[in-house]
Amino acid sequence: MTALQVNNLRKSFGGLDVIQDVSFTVEPGERRLLLGPNGAGKTTLFNLIAGDLRASGGRILLQGRDVSALSTSQRAACGLGRTFQILTLFGRETVLGNVVMALLGSSPKRWKPFGAVVHDTALRRRALSVLARVKLEGLADRPIQETSYGEKRRLEIAMALAQDPQVLLLDEPLAGLSKEERGTVSALLEDLPRSLTIVMIEHDMDVALAFAERIALLNHGRLLVDGTRDEVIADPRTREAYLAQ
Amino acid sequence: MFWINGLLNSLAFGAILFLLAVGFSLIFGLMRVANLAHGAIFMLGGYIATSMIGFGFLAAVLAAALACAAFGGLVERSLIRRLAGRELAQVLGTLGLAFIIADQCLLVWSGDPIAQPAPALLRGTVEVAGVVFPAYRLALIAIAAIALAAIWLLVERTTLGARIRAAVDDREMARAMGIPVSRLFTTVFCLGAGLAGMGGALAAPVMSVYPGLDAEMLPLALLVVILGGIGSLSGAFVGSLLIGLIYTFGQMLLPDLAYVILFLPMVVVLAARPQGLFGRHMA
Amino acid sequence: MKPLLVLVVAAAAMPLLLPGEFYLAIATQVLVYGLFAVSVNLIAGYCGMVSLGHAAFLGISGYAFALLSVGAGWPIWAATTAALGLTSLTGAMFGLVALRTSGLSFLMITLALGQIVWGIAFRYVDLTNGENGISLPRPDGVLLHGTGLYYLCLAVTAGCMLFVTVLTRSPLGAAMQGVRDQPRRMSTLGYDVWAIRYVSYVLSALLAAASGILYMLTFRFISPHALSLTVSSEAVLMVIAGGLGTTFGPLLGAALVVLLKNVASAYTDRWPTLLGLIFLFIIVVVPEGLLPGARRLLGALKARVVAPDNIGANLTRASRIEGARQ
Repeated sequence: MTALQVNNLRKSFGGLDVIQDVSFTVEPGERRLLLGPNGAGKTTLFNLIAGDLRASGGRILLQGRDVSALSTSQRAACGLGRTFQILTLFGRETVLGNVVMALLGSSPKRWKPFGAVVHDTALRRRALSVLARVKLEGLADRPIQETSYGEKRRLEIAMALAQDPQVLLLDEPLAGLSKEERGTVSALLEDLPRSLTIVMIEHDMDVALAFAERIALLNHGRLLVDGTRDEVIADPRTREAYLAQ
Repeated sequence: MFWINGLLNSLAFGAILFLLAVGFSLIFGLMRVANLAHGAIFMLGGYIATSMIGFGFLAAVLAAALACAAFGGLVERSLIRRLAGRELAQVLGTLGLAFIIADQCLLVWSGDPIAQPAPALLRGTVEVAGVVFPAYRLALIAIAAIALAAIWLLVERTTLGARIRAAVDDREMARAMGIPVSRLFTTVFCLGAGLAGMGGALAAPVMSVYPGLDAEMLPLALLVVILGGIGSLSGAFVGSLLIGLIYTFGQMLLPDLAYVILFLPMVVVLAARPQGLFGRHMA
Repeated sequence: MKPLLVLVVAAAAMPLLLPGEFYLAIATQVLVYGLFAVSVNLIAGYCGMVSLGHAAFLGISGYAFALLSVGAGWPIWAATTAALGLTSLTGAMFGLVALRTSGLSFLMITLALGQIVWGIAFRYVDLTNGENGISLPRPDGVLLHGTGLYYLCLAVTAGCMLFVTVLTRSPLGAAMQGVRDQPRRMSTLGYDVWAIRYVSYVLSALLAAASGILYMLTFRFISPHALSLTVSSEAVLMVIAGGLGTTFGPLLGAALVVLLKNVASAYTDRWPTLLGLIFLFIIVVVPEGLLPGARRLLGALKARVVAPDNIGANLTRASRIEGARQ
């Protein structure tokens, strides 16, 4: 069974086709890179897979299950996690508070109208262990406003990991980071267990190419090349797509 | 006879609604400002026209339109601008203004309804195919049609319109292209308020002007925009006709429940198309 | 939880401290409108959806209570239950319509819905007696005296505030605030954003219904005015003046508006103008609420005395607070 399967996916905005007939499959445990120049439709594709946008046509299968008709939150419940290219954190919370929100999202407790969240020690312990995975446990009680950009980027990943997804969509996890921070985050990504399937959009070629096993190249909303890392790098269409920019 | 008369009244009321709602929709579409003072400006236009009737009907309507346009521009420059980027504050600011305008109207024009005579030329009736129509209502429909055409031409065929469309599509891009977005905002606010004032002045001979007219008309304008879709000219037009029809026939057939019936199209449209009949996707 | 307890004890001592029935009546009104503001705060402050039609819920509950208890002769408890139930049901129905959208469109739709209900109260004379409204007969039992009524209102309002406080700290309350701040992230995390908004809206309607019953018991009269846009707007003003999404803000705002209204009525009948001016003042000068706003303004004043350069920093902070609020 494939982890993620996209069949003939289409999306148009007012007559403008931004995603045209895209199909690909991602095997369980695979590291897949989504490549393409700016405006190629990569983030739109993520939004379609995550359910933030409704496809104009085609199907999306998650772990073999057709999720095309499901809402974003239902797809999350099916084991799909994602991070955002633009930081999307709860600015009034602490670092730990953000992870707690993520943990509650996949718990039936989220409908409980009583019992203070801050007094839930079991929840706090779980949140700390998630933070440990991105080396942020030392900052657990720091307000978000007092954290650095790099720490926020790692928290962005921790939020998705807290959901314990089977398939993880990473939208430019290294965007805007310094060289040193890039090292930290890419090491962190390397350490993620192979039970997790990852699809990543990333412009930092050094990290991205080292990370990816297979690459899908997108341009003008179409899937141009889909293959192993070496195949895609060697393909003349890859060079063309980037040179045209 | 009953149905034809009802239809004419609906169209005439729809025409008034269009003048009111199209300005609201334009302002909302361009600036993301829900101007809740729009109903009060409509009423103000009506009152100004009743005071200026001594100079003739046309002069009274013009005076109302110009005064309201100037007032709208002033509001945009002094209040809306100060609250730029704060949607909720802008809405509540216009709501506060609505209270002030309505209360000052009450102070100036007292609490009694003021009837406004139709212009002498249009006081009679017109006979078409054996059916007698009040001339003024026909004129209202004609004026709304002219306004629709004029606004359409303005938006689709002039430089100003092209700029408005560009700014509606992407404000930052428009700014980068050198379009004076700030002056454009003031212009559109003047235009919207002027149309509302003109609508109030033209409605006066049919509805007369009275305290509470603002609170009665504002939700109707909101319904038109919700039904038709925000920022859409055709939406404002179709929405006005629809609400005009439903409200007028509702009052004729079920006077107690005319307001409840307004609920129905809103439910249907929102269920099927939350962005309104002619609206594009909403933020 | 502790500040709430202190407040309740202080409020319970009020009847002993206030110089007369008139002042007690005003304190009672503060509690009634305070509860109404609490209901608006639940949806606007904690869930980020500003409703301008909440007076409809206060009104439906008040009318239902009056019609059932006086018109149909139901016992008080039955009329109360039915009024609460009917209003929640209306809220459940309105929620289906209004929550098809969010933001400004939600605000516009709730305004329109509120005006539709107002129109019914005004026009459906056979049921509502139109403009003349409906009166309750003279009270009996504990409500005969202002003190009894005051304690009843205190108990209900404090109970509801306790409920809201517990709710906002719970997982569901955290989810509501998450939906207010980052709706997109929330659905990615598996929360059903629509359902959370819907639950908040219906709960908020229920609280407004409770304030409608207190309104009826306190004023013993209801007319379409109770459902007007003015009343809905006053509630929003109370919440903003007191501070959106705070525990005591709505009560503070209610005290401010009720007191101003009563003081102003002695000098002028231009209340709507005054209301509009207060709106503009709050929004332009202290958008973050009176207390934090006053603190900021004082700070800015001090900074001006000490070093004129600090004003900019203070203003930046204020706009950041406001930005976080939006």
